[in-house]
Amino acid sequence: MQHKDSTRRQFLGLAGGAAVLGAVPIVTIRPSEATPAELASAIRSVTNGAQVRTGKVKLDVPPLVENGNTVPLTVNVASPMAPEDHVRSIHIFNEKNPQPNIGNFHLGPHSGRAQVSTRIRLADSQKIVAIARLSDGSFWSATADVVVTLAACTDEVI
Amino acid sequence: MTSALINVPAKAKRGDIIEIKTLMSHIMETGYRHTATGEVVPRDIITSFACRYNGTEIFRADLFPAIAANPFITFFTTATASGKFEFEWIGDNGFSETASASITVE
Repeated sequence: MQHKDSTRRQFLGLAGGAAVLGAVPIVTIRPSEATPAELASAIRSVTNGAQVRTGKVKLDVPPLVENGNTVPLTVNVASPMAPEDHVRSIHIFNEKNPQPNIGNFHLGPHSGRAQVSTRIRLADSQKIVAIARLSDGSFWSATADVVVTLAACTDEVI
Repeated sequence: MTSALINVPAKAKRGDIIEIKTLMSHIMETGYRHTATGEVVPRDIITSFACRYNGTEIFRADLFPAIAANPFITFFTTATASGKFEFEWIGDNGFSETASASITVE
């Protein structure tokens, strides 16, 4: 019994040590890319845990881009844009840039068409997620994969 | 000196959905790049963009470092009345720029 207890203690000690070791690099070294976990938490901060369904949103971005410093992107949401049924906001996220957020765009029924375009930076070939928040509180999303040949390099020396 | 480019149709019919294109000249320094000596180049980006149509806010955007230099944003609105569009960009280091465009609605 005594012996068993001590191995358990040792095990917990080791596990704790491993956890600390695992945590240290996150604290001391700035992560070079947003992890899928960061992407998920950025999405959660917008949706507040509500269910995100696929559909309604069209994310238009070239599948292969040469220069990650400026990538054209258009998000279109199928919506009548009427006072009782419209898109309130469009949120764009990425998986592998240093930060998961790209932009938030706030619209209203007066917009007439739920469509925004901009140009973004991509630090790597990765997945892009667009989420639309509708006036009824539901969330809809679309994803796109982009292959980048020349990345918007974050470690670039200038 | 204004560093903004705005494209708004000069005329529209009442109820038309019109496209508005905006471009603001800005470096959008991400804060993730280094100099040759290893120092981080401090972040300098536009964080917020808003458009008002005759005083009412019709569009707003929060921008992050992942927006390319010289932020280009296009969006739509319904032409309801003749008047003025006012655009405002706000960013790091006290950056603040405005621009405006007029429209005639028939």
